[in-house]
Amino acid sequence: MSATRNDSTAPAFDVRTAAAPSSATAVFGLDGAETCVRMIAPNGVFEPNAAAEEYLPYLDRLTEADHRRFYRDMVVVRRFDTEAANLQRQGQLALWVPSHGQEAAQVGSAYATRPQDHVFPSYREHVVGMIRGLDVVDILRMLRGVTLGGWAPEEHGNFHLYTLVLAAQTLHATGYAMGMQLDGSTATGNPKTDQAVIVYYGDGASSQGDANEALVFAASYQTPQVFFLQNNHWAISVPVARQSRTPLYLRAGGFGMPGTQIDGNDVLASFAVTAKSMDDARAGHGPSLIEALTYRVGAHTTADDPTKYRDPDELAYWVARDPIVRFRSYLQSRGIEQQFLDSVDEEAADFAADTRRRALEVTGPEQSVMFDNVYAEPHPLVAEQKAWLARYEASFDEGKN
Amino acid sequence: MSAATDTSVASAALPMTKALNAGLRRAMLDDPKVLLMGEDIGPLGGVFRVTEGLIAEFGDKRVLDTPLAESGIIGTAIGLAMRGFRPVCEIQFDGFVFPGFDQITSQLARMRNRHEGGLIMPVVIRIPYGGHIGSVEHHQESPEAYFAHTPGLRVVSPSNPHDAYWMMQEAIQSDDPVIFFEPKSRYWPKGEVRFGESGTPLHASRVVRTGTDVTVVGHGAMVSVLLQAADLAAAEGISLEVIDLRSISPIDYGPILGSVQKTGRLVVTQEAPGFVSVGSEIAATVAERSFYTLEAPVLRVSGFDTPFPPAAVETHFLPSPDRVLEAVDRVLAY
Repeated sequence: MSATRNDSTAPAFDVRTAAAPSSATAVFGLDGAETCVRMIAPNGVFEPNAAAEEYLPYLDRLTEADHRRFYRDMVVVRRFDTEAANLQRQGQLALWVPSHGQEAAQVGSAYATRPQDHVFPSYREHVVGMIRGLDVVDILRMLRGVTLGGWAPEEHGNFHLYTLVLAAQTLHATGYAMGMQLDGSTATGNPKTDQAVIVYYGDGASSQGDANEALVFAASYQTPQVFFLQNNHWAISVPVARQSRTPLYLRAGGFGMPGTQIDGNDVLASFAVTAKSMDDARAGHGPSLIEALTYRVGAHTTADDPTKYRDPDELAYWVARDPIVRFRSYLQSRGIEQQFLDSVDEEAADFAADTRRRALEVTGPEQSVMFDNVYAEPHPLVAEQKAWLARYEASFDEGKN
Repeated sequence: MSAATDTSVASAALPMTKALNAGLRRAMLDDPKVLLMGEDIGPLGGVFRVTEGLIAEFGDKRVLDTPLAESGIIGTAIGLAMRGFRPVCEIQFDGFVFPGFDQITSQLARMRNRHEGGLIMPVVIRIPYGGHIGSVEHHQESPEAYFAHTPGLRVVSPSNPHDAYWMMQEAIQSDDPVIFFEPKSRYWPKGEVRFGESGTPLHASRVVRTGTDVTVVGHGAMVSVLLQAADLAAAEGISLEVIDLRSISPIDYGPILGSVQKTGRLVVTQEAPGFVSVGSEIAATVAERSFYTLEAPVLRVSGFDTPFPPAAVETHFLPSPDRVLEAVDRVLAY
């Protein structure tokens, strides 16, 4: 383990005695937290801690092929992430929202869902979408400014649209989960068909009223739902210590539901804990919250500059705990062949090139699109304005022929 | 607990609260996907008793007493609508809608557009609104313009029990979100509800009293004020044509323009502050479309551009028949 200031075995955070936090990881560092579920140590050695014990049986569900898929998806999405950022820098996207560093939290939790489940992302869960069957070019369509959405959730693994107002989707997810209860699609005792919802949000969004109201409603109606909170330690420039003086998973108890903290850079911990939580949700045991401790290695978006507010030592601490490097070491310790690792790199490069090519082919919609879906039923004002714009634009062509 | 209103008869004299209750009940009987959500709407029947008896008849899976959180109510209603339900949300009082404002304007109103037409958002948000009840702050407001300004929403307000019964059912049947403003000062006066008759289309405005000299337009509780003004004017030999707007978004301009064609004079009225208001919009549109017909500028009679005042002075804030007639006199002076 590299010697950084965070490597001391820090005592668990105690809100009663803690001084005002000066940086995120000083308070929320991973390494001393015995309560944080971890299967694979940062050096890649499989050494589940005490908190991981009850989740170990869930790892039995994973085959060697699953392990390879986890690794492949993490590598591919990171390469895609780089490509998308490049596209933005080249003026081809309005904005890019990197997921670099959060791959393990996302891949593990996504694989814990079943086809019948519904997934409500925030806006950084690109690989979750991929795993649910979404073409990532559909994500780029939104960021390229040709649509406000990008895909039909029911045709793409029930992966719902990105929501740009923080935490607004936590309530939609909760309402959706209430609907599953009301129409009898959950807790029937059949794990192959019983449904549940997983909703992604972050440490910044955890301060929003909507996130808290969603937890209240979920607990009150005992919805089949998992709140998957990726604590990436930064809400643009504001550290998590400004959002919360208590570890975020402990908030769950205040709402009356179980909360579990995981090492979010450990893909196996993310899978196992989410698998249990989603199983419990489908079985009618109600909602739960998972706090995945991870790190936004890149900027918040391409409009951000983290060098203005982040300590380089902190970044180094987290880069040393990179989720892909860790899982690769783990696979190597299990004897994975180098050829596989190389082939994944190749596949990732091809994926990125293909995505770039197809993204550049995405063209804008007809101008009339702005009118067509505002209302489901006829609306005279919108109809009138659509007709007017068509006449107005046609007027420029008059006399050209 | 009162028994459900018998809607098998041709008509009945009901207060608006009971007419709304009967409309909700009818919609719930007709479509099992209709469900009610809100604070205190279960055993209590709502603070205005509009949902009285419905939890007993339909159970707590159709009538959901919710936690006390307006954003939570609207946000979860959106999720339920995505799932195929038709939620009808009660906001307890006009001034309490704002904690749910983001979910209404940034989410509910845009959800279909964001999904490129791939889903419908059949959510009704019932909001008791307006003054004349002598209550405390946040309990007498008229915030309809905020919602009328938001693309993707439909906004309506019945003025009488008959319309309340039918418009509630039409709003629930709409595949678009409808903000349903209930004029709480008109909750209690009885009016005839004709159950056998099909309702006027949800978004149609209607001439409720014909006249020849000046057209006066209003919605919700203003309609009864306008009818009183018309009686007073008639005694002075002035004939007012009264139009009940019924729908605030979209606005049905046909009857308004038709009436102005006849009278050449228009006064628009509302309890809400007049600055950037529904009345302003009507005045501008009529000026655009009927410029050569108008014999006088369109005048607005509104609440003042102040917060709703303490109840002790509310009668000076709210447009009265006399204030309407003052504007009528001014347009007749041209």
